[in-house]
Amino acid sequence: MTLKEVVEKLGLSALTQELANDTEISGAYTCDLLSDVMANGKPGNLWITMQTHQNILAVVRLKDLAGIIVVNGRQPDGDTIEKAADEKVSILGTGESAFSISGRLYRLLEES
Amino acid sequence: MHVHTCLSPCADVNMSPLAIARQASSVGVDIVGICDHNSAENTPAAVEAARKHGIHVLPGMEVTSSEEVHILALFDELQAVMKLQEEVYRHLPGENDDETFGMQVVANVEDEVLGFNPRLLIGATTLDVGEIVDKIRSLGGLAVAAHIDRESFSLISQLGFVPEDLDLDALEISHAISHDEAVERYAPSLPVLQSSDAHQIDHIGRCRTTFMLEEVNISEMRKALGAKEGRQVVR
Repeated sequence: MTLKEVVEKLGLSALTQELANDTEISGAYTCDLLSDVMANGKPGNLWITMQTHQNILAVVRLKDLAGIIVVNGRQPDGDTIEKAADEKVSILGTGESAFSISGRLYRLLEES
Repeated sequence: MHVHTCLSPCADVNMSPLAIARQASSVGVDIVGICDHNSAENTPAAVEAARKHGIHVLPGMEVTSSEEVHILALFDELQAVMKLQEEVYRHLPGENDDETFGMQVVANVEDEVLGFNPRLLIGATTLDVGEIVDKIRSLGGLAVAAHIDRESFSLISQLGFVPEDLDLDALEISHAISHDEAVERYAPSLPVLQSSDAHQIDHIGRCRTTFMLEEVNISEMRKALGAKEGRQVVR
C-alpha cells in the first residue's frame, strides 16, 4: 500500500505541501518518545505521534520512515513545516487520537 | 547556568570551551554552567579557559532521562561530574550519526580538536528522573529540571507535573518566558532560575540569573536558591 492510498482511505490531511505519494508503507509505529522510535522504528514505517517539534524530522531521516501522522488535530510549528519541506518529509494530520488512528491503520494494512 | 559546547551535536561547532569563556567574560557573565548532553568531556577545558578569562565554570551535564526529561547537573569539581558521566555512559545506548544530528567535538583549551565522541549523546539514558536526581545529589551536585516551560524534553511536557518526591534544587525556565509568568503558570514550590541554554555564541547571556553569594560554589548557590543565611537570588 502506498502513502497516497493510506491518506485517502484514512482521510488524513496533508500538513506539508508535498507528499511522497508513491512510498510503500511497510507498517507503522506509534510512540511519543523519540529515543524509542529511534530504537524500534523500521524503514518505510509511518510514525504516529503527537510530537510536533523539529526533532521529529531527524528521526524520520535516521530511520528512513515513510512519514509522520500527527494526531489529536495538533499542528506542527512553522519551523517544523519549513524544515520538512527542505528535507522532503511527509507530515499528515488527523483529528483522531493515536489509539483510534493506529487501530484503523492496522486494520487497513492487515486487510491489504 | 546552562551552556552547551561543541560536544553537544545540536550546538554550533564554534562553541569551543575557549570561545565560551571569552564571550561570557565580554558580556558580563561571571558564572557559566557547562551542560552538554549526556557528557562532560569538554568541562576540563572549560574550567581551564574560565581561569584564563577571570570567570567561573561549574562543570555540569544535561542528562536525558528514560522519560526524555532533561535534568541539569552542576558540580564544584571535575571529579564529581566525571563520576556522573561514568554512570550516564553505562546507561546510554546508541551511536551518533554525525550527518543527522551534528558533530560531537571534544576540544582542549587551545581550541584544538582532541577527537569526536561516538556515543548517541542526543539519545535518552535508561535512567529515570528519580535515579538521575538521586545520583546527582549523592555526588554533591545541584539538580535542576531543565527548561520546564518548553514543550518538549521538559518535566512538564513529559510528565505533566513536578513529582513531589523528586529531590530537585530548582526548576529552570528558558529565555522564552519571564520569572513572573513562570510563577503564575506553574505556581512552583521550588526556586526558579533562568538560563540561556546557549547552543550558539550569541545566546550566551541572553538571559541569566544573578546570585548573591559569598563564594562561587554549589553550597552557596543552594543557600541562595533557598534564600538562606543572607544569600539570595537577585531579582
